[in-house]
Amino acid sequence: MTTVARGLIQEEKLIFEHSDPGRRGFDLPPLDVPEAKLPEEFVREEIPGFPEVSEVDVVRHFTRLSTWNYGVDGGFYPLGSCTMKYNPKINELLCRLPGFAHIHPYAPEALSQGALELMYRLQQALGEISGFPAVTLQPAAGAHGELAGILMIRAWHEAKGKARRKVLIPDTAHGTNPATAAMCGYEVVPVASDADGILKAETVRALMDEDVAALMMTNPNTLGLFESDVKEICDIVHEKGGMVYADGANLNALMGIARPGDMGIDVMHFNLHKTFSTPHGGGGPGSGPVGVTAELAPFLPVPLVVSEQGRYRLESDLPQSIGRMKAFYGHFGVLVRAYAYICTLGPQGLRHASEMAVLAANYVRARLEGAYHLPYTGRSMHEVVFSDRDLAGGCATLDVAKSLIDRGFHPPTIYFPLVVRGALMIEPTETESKEVLDEFCDAMLEIARQAAEDPRQLKDAPVRAKVRRLDEAAAARKPVLRWTPES
Amino acid sequence: MDFPNHLFYTEEHEWISIEADVATVGITDFAQDSLGDVVFVELPEVGSQVESGKPFGVVESVKAVSDIYSPLSGEVLEINEELPDTPELVNSSPYEDAWMVKIKLASKDELGDLLDVEAYKAFVEQQ
Repeated sequence: MTTVARGLIQEEKLIFEHSDPGRRGFDLPPLDVPEAKLPEEFVREEIPGFPEVSEVDVVRHFTRLSTWNYGVDGGFYPLGSCTMKYNPKINELLCRLPGFAHIHPYAPEALSQGALELMYRLQQALGEISGFPAVTLQPAAGAHGELAGILMIRAWHEAKGKARRKVLIPDTAHGTNPATAAMCGYEVVPVASDADGILKAETVRALMDEDVAALMMTNPNTLGLFESDVKEICDIVHEKGGMVYADGANLNALMGIARPGDMGIDVMHFNLHKTFSTPHGGGGPGSGPVGVTAELAPFLPVPLVVSEQGRYRLESDLPQSIGRMKAFYGHFGVLVRAYAYICTLGPQGLRHASEMAVLAANYVRARLEGAYHLPYTGRSMHEVVFSDRDLAGGCATLDVAKSLIDRGFHPPTIYFPLVVRGALMIEPTETESKEVLDEFCDAMLEIARQAAEDPRQLKDAPVRAKVRRLDEAAAARKPVLRWTPES
Repeated sequence: MDFPNHLFYTEEHEWISIEADVATVGITDFAQDSLGDVVFVELPEVGSQVESGKPFGVVESVKAVSDIYSPLSGEVLEINEELPDTPELVNSSPYEDAWMVKIKLASKDELGDLLDVEAYKAFVEQQ
């Protein structure tokens, strides 16, 4: 069995279970000043269940828990749609510079010029990468960016005197898109992609009318395919007075190569934590800036960072603005990391990153095609979606995922997108070497062989992980959310 | 997979049983098998109006959350009160214990849009 993980996994109790009455992690010298008595009503007798532990108990407890984590610094993380690329440590160093890390959000503009300049330059850089003239950095993450974008579209329609009712969303869009449209009060109209996984212009033409406020698409879509009709679709939606929202979660396939703004898109959010390399997936926070056309710019959230004669200031005088989306100025630490990433790579480097992301996905596809069913055969962009249809021995996607854990790999995204039955969605990203991709592909091929020869082994997986296969259905139906001591 | 002959079906994988002007609706064996273990079911309120092709409820499994589309238009007469507390019935008994709603039909004209068992089997084959 190929494996990149072997060895000791520490068992660890809950911190409460380490508790021993009277044990403590400090030792104070005798009191040498008069004792001040607190008013009785403010003194708590005892904190029920409060753990009494020593310093080494605490350090070992949390260190052991940390070894159960799996992160991109520890290994390959092909979680499709999430762009779990390696985050260069220079970004961490730069966002911790005291001038960035210790700045107070209420510091006056005159003392915040460096931070404001960075935000301004990031707005400009994101605008250039995506083809949008105006960008807000406020939204906290992707879905929050969607909310900002759709609220702007709604405000734009309302300013024209007619609020519309519907939003079109293809079945290959991200799952958060329908939720966003519903939260903004729209009726969601699902749109079927074609047999080749692409949204067709004629499909949109048939559904588009003057009650449709917007179409929300993800490009490349969740099948990892480029929406080749995008320009024509935008024209059709625009002809009927609608707007096109693009979910930019998959921008990692396009940087420096193609710009959504040039394709006719009106609004797009960026996932800085995916594309521009900042920690996410439990390491958050994210950041979801939004780029818009000149027509939508008056509706952007305030404040925006503007530049006047070499000075930077916050502009809040936008009468048609949808208002503030977030306290202060977005997740500033993430903005610094993303700006550092963009500057260290530069235009050629960003393009190269996207090219290598696409190459990596196609390499994995070429090695696994044949062993795994590929339901959509159009050219893959930055990710590839297989299915469990051809697996032998009655094995399913979940069995593959659990078997990968035994071999030391984080599983890919499974059972998404929904248009593929038993989907296995693999996004390797540009930061993996050919050797790592080969180790992963070898493991995947071995799993497919094992399904034919000894399916029981797949069904039993994981056997090497901290815990065996969990009963996800019972956990959802009858969750135990609170620890109670054994009495 | 089991597709009883006496039922009607839709491409959204609902089954329908018709008695006079009342339709009983649930999801098919294929739907429950695709979803995997169902952990949550949300049904409409009794007395609410449902419309053909529009979602009236939600079914959530360990794999996915899906809308349940109403196959017909009308008024919700009754819902399966037990289902939200015992969603596993959708997996164990999709056609009997896990019926979801009873709809008083607004018109019988929409019945022509439903699939018979042969047409539904052919549709499932293509999936």
